[in-house]
Amino acid sequence: MTFEWDYLMEVLPLIAQASLVTIEATLGGFALAAVLGLLLAVLRSLRFAPVRVAVSVFIEAVRSTPLLIQLFALYYILPGIGIIIPAMACGILALGVHYSCYCAEVYRAGLDNVPRGQWEAATSLNFTTYDTFTRIVLPQAVPPVVPALGNYLITMFKETPILLTISIIEMMSRALIIGKDTFRYTEPVTVVGVLFLLFSLTSAWGVRRFGAWLTGRWG
Amino acid sequence: MEPIIKFDKVTKRYGDLTVLDRLDLDVAPNEKVSIIGPSGSGKTTVLRLLMTLEKIDGGVIHVDNEPMTHMPSPGGTLVAANEAYLRRVRGKIGMVFQHFNLFPHMTALGNCAEAPIRVLGLSKDEATGRAAELLEMVGLADKINHYPSQLSGGQQQRVAIARSLAMRPKIMLFDEVTSALDPEVIGEVLEVIRSLATEHNLTMLMVTHQIGFAREFSDRICFFSDGRIAEQGAPCEILDNPRNERTQQFLRAVLHAT
Ligand SMILES: Nc1ncnc2c1ncn2[C@@H]1O[C@H](COP(=O)(O)OP(=O)(O)OP(=O)(O)O)[C@@H](O)[C@H]1O
Ligand SMILES: [Mg+2]
Repeated sequence: MTFEWDYLMEVLPLIAQASLVTIEATLGGFALAAVLGLLLAVLRSLRFAPVRVAVSVFIEAVRSTPLLIQLFALYYILPGIGIIIPAMACGILALGVHYSCYCAEVYRAGLDNVPRGQWEAATSLNFTTYDTFTRIVLPQAVPPVVPALGNYLITMFKETPILLTISIIEMMSRALIIGKDTFRYTEPVTVVGVLFLLFSLTSAWGVRRFGAWLTGRWG
Repeated sequence: MEPIIKFDKVTKRYGDLTVLDRLDLDVAPNEKVSIIGPSGSGKTTVLRLLMTLEKIDGGVIHVDNEPMTHMPSPGGTLVAANEAYLRRVRGKIGMVFQHFNLFPHMTALGNCAEAPIRVLGLSKDEATGRAAELLEMVGLADKINHYPSQLSGGQQQRVAIARSLAMRPKIMLFDEVTSALDPEVIGEVLEVIRSLATEHNLTMLMVTHQIGFAREFSDRICFFSDGRIAEQGAPCEILDNPRNERTQQFLRAVLHAT
């Protein structure tokens, strides 16, 4: 069996098209994970014990079960209780919630690194808790952990083929469909692999630059 | 005159350690009080309790005749103070820390304007205008756009003083504000505090190891030992004729070291 470049060029546009779905799922999932993760981390850092415990239990539960099961749970159980959402929304939700729990850990490290004196200065100036977080603490806690968050962006990106289990036609799923039709898997799957590699390298570079820019701003 | 700060049998514990032991302390409006004493005697704790950075374990602190930890309920009885009430009391007090605690992501101007905008609700223009005036007053007119990392320790501490003043407190707390500074810049910070003391109506409570400065600055010096005031009085009484044996020991050690 030979590697046919003509065939590769033929399938490339189809897979490139499907890569948009992959990117959409990744960016959507990551946006959700980044925001929800921050919320979880902040809630867990509050002194109000019931919230802290509830959030910790939630994070532990999500981190201790496979993403695949969470995805199936959302996809098959939600309609059962009358909540019907498109497969794509379901995929983004599963990715986002799952990774928010990892992002929460990253944000926690960032929050822990803000010196206690910053909180005390904020209290002595009479800032509300909300202003203390948004104006004083988070601007110091988040930039240093952006590279670590970026790693989860790339990890999540590489996990998007899991979405083919809920019949979302992303890159991998498109490659398998092509393969099933033509009985040739090598070229489409190679294209998928190379695209994953290219996207990962570019985002890793982008994340590093963004992190450096964020932390370099105030000298 | 009614005291503006009144500690009434205030007790503070950390676990088994009693840091303040039924402390009584009155400070009159406009009075400048220095607190001196050996390490661990509870000096910082006094300021931190006033600033509500720590919880009180016993007794009451009154600020402006209002209890800090309790507030009157509609029924007339006293209940535990809520956050809104605490914030009102806190608004009367400013604190300057040993390690400055400036916000590293804001310029000197931003450090001084942020709280007036967010907390006092001033417009951006008004807050930055006042912040610039205060920075000029502490001698930093040419540094307003510098970030803390671009300032020396003495300059950072002067920004921190301006930042506290921007909230228009009635009471200023200083906790060893020159201890983290190089000797050659201590003078510039003390100079700012000295001019505050003479030109503004501020009640000032200052923990310090600068005995010479305490002498000229203070109306009264309190010598702390084991969570209590062992001796207090006018600077010349305490520094020149201490009656308490611990005060004598402490002063011998301090004056010998410098
Ligand atoms: N958060 C804390 N947890 C436990 N113990 C504490 C805490 N803060 C202070 N202490 C203890 O309380 C005692 C009094 O502390 P404080 O900081 O008031 O002393 P100080 O008189 O300011 O001393 P120094 O001159 O060293 O600053 C010390 O023994 C200290 O170890
Ligand atoms: Mg101290």
